[in-house]
Amino acid sequence: MSITPTAAGQVAPTPPHTGAAANRSVAEAGRRARRRRLIWLWVARFGFAVVVIGGWQLFTSLKIVDPFFYGQPSGIWKRTIDLFENGTEFGSFWTDIATTLKEAVFGFGLGAAAGIVLGVSLGQNRFLADVLGPYIKVVNAIPRIVLGSIFIVAFGIGVTPKVLLSAVLVFFVVFFNAFQGVREVDRNILANVRVLGASPLHVIRHVTVPSALTWIIASLHTAFGFAIVGALVGEVLGAQHGVGLVIKTAQGSLDPDGVFAGMLVISVITLVAEFLLTLLERRLLSWRPPSPAEAAAI
Amino acid sequence: MASRNESASRAPADHADRAASRIEVTGLGKRFLTPKGEVFTALRDVTFTVEPGRFCAVVGPTGCGKSTTLSMVSGLDRPSEGSVKVGGREVSGITGGISFMFQTDALLPWKTVAGNVELGPLFRGVGKRQARTLARDWLRRVGLAGFEDHHPHQLSGGMRKRVAMAAALINEPRILLMDEPFGALDVQTKAIMQTELLGLWEQLRPSVLFITHDLDEAVALADRVVVMTSGPGTVKAVYEVDLPRPRGAVQDLRYEPHFLETQHRIWESLREEVQRAYALTAGADA
Ligand SMILES: Nc1ncnc2c1ncn2[C@@H]1O[C@H](COP(=O)(O)OP(=O)(O)OP(=O)(O)O)[C@@H](O)[C@H]1O
Ligand SMILES: [Mg+2]
Repeated sequence: MSITPTAAGQVAPTPPHTGAAANRSVAEAGRRARRRRLIWLWVARFGFAVVVIGGWQLFTSLKIVDPFFYGQPSGIWKRTIDLFENGTEFGSFWTDIATTLKEAVFGFGLGAAAGIVLGVSLGQNRFLADVLGPYIKVVNAIPRIVLGSIFIVAFGIGVTPKVLLSAVLVFFVVFFNAFQGVREVDRNILANVRVLGASPLHVIRHVTVPSALTWIIASLHTAFGFAIVGALVGEVLGAQHGVGLVIKTAQGSLDPDGVFAGMLVISVITLVAEFLLTLLERRLLSWRPPSPAEAAAI
Repeated sequence: MASRNESASRAPADHADRAASRIEVTGLGKRFLTPKGEVFTALRDVTFTVEPGRFCAVVGPTGCGKSTTLSMVSGLDRPSEGSVKVGGREVSGITGGISFMFQTDALLPWKTVAGNVELGPLFRGVGKRQARTLARDWLRRVGLAGFEDHHPHQLSGGMRKRVAMAAALINEPRILLMDEPFGALDVQTKAIMQTELLGLWEQLRPSVLFITHDLDEAVALADRVVVMTSGPGTVKAVYEVDLPRPRGAVQDLRYEPHFLETQHRIWESLREEVQRAYALTAGADA
């Protein structure tokens, strides 16, 4: 970085500029190294899948492992296609997927919103946190899956009890992270904005929430998994539609391929959700310095 | 306070003739409760005054309570005894018209450079667009034009200090508190920043309370140097520095006979304290 005098006779760093030819060749070498690494990465990933799935197929074909109990990759694939083409005894498979998705997404939204609002409020207010703390711990200690039974008794076998169960599971994950995130706010930064004249609302908007966001977003990844679990468990406990119901039916008819097919569909949904959350994370947390692994690519 | 939202084109010594920016510290004391439940006296009977529009430096051995004093002047912390008056009024809670440059980095890492600098005006109710214009102007004044959209982690330590300086000065404070602002910088960068600070200070003329470990820095910048002792912290002596102003480049000042003489006089006093504080901590370790 070069130094140039400014009008006031001061010395100032010049704005960053894109470099000369030498820089370009270094960048080119760095790009090549990264590309090579990426190719190897995908080869290794693909190889791993081939070994695991191929091994499974091989062992079950040779009857070393009984496909009747453990399923078989080719059978799972056939069953999945079959589910999509012919549906289940309850109707189209798409309806099941839509139902589960609806339950999980609503539960996720509800639980995450409640978790963030309550986590941030309690994190701000020491007294309130001390009052409510023990109760939250008690509720958290309840095996929450059991709540599913209660919700079904109370709300029937529609969508509502699954949404509620999902929301409860999601809530606690997000709540504890939001709470902790607020507590971890840098005291120096707080002092700084207070001296600059920030009102309590300013502090929440400009400091507390952005700072806690790192924690909250991290928790959302786990939380979506919980939302799916809530929906599925709710469906297993009692439902008219849903992937959970499909899995339960397959289990009842001793059809491991059917169970795995349901799992496969759920995994794809979760992966897509994960991808969307990562996009959100990139957008909201773009200010963060890149991790050392990313920065040291050259 | 009433005229603080006016344009930046005010007369330089505008604050100076106003008693509103006098800092009076009288009989200030601060006690802390240690984790063991004992009472620890960090400060006792600290008394000094910063005249309106003057530059006052505080030097003293580490742990003597310099930062603690500053946080009570800013209103972030309350005195255990004694009082701090700003402009004749007792400090209780955050006082308007004060800016603070902290010992450690206090920039918001999730905001851009311009986003950090414009916080002061935004909190005072200035419109978003006007605040941004003001922030750009101040970034230019501290020599950071072109870096508005960087995030703090993309800047060097010295550049971050410039941002903090712009963020502190953009409010055109009548009082500027600085806690070892350049402590972590290399010698050359430090000299440049000191010269810049003096230039900006001469334009705005706030009363400055400037904490430092570096006696050269204190003498080069200040009109008055307060020497503190440790255990518990109190004022040992107050020295007037009568180097003429404007002082120009800090690097050149170092070699002037009058500077050296003043520096030497204060060092005689400070050295005892530093050695005593060092002996104390060394003794505690044994
Ligand atoms: N919150 C606190 N609780 C207990 N003791 C404290 C607290 N804050 C400061 N102290 C003590 O008060 C003394 C003065 O601290 P302070 O930070 O003001 O020192 P300082 O003069 O700024 O030191 P340095 O030059 O190293 O920054 C120290 O001995 C410190 O241990
Ligand atoms: Mg300090």
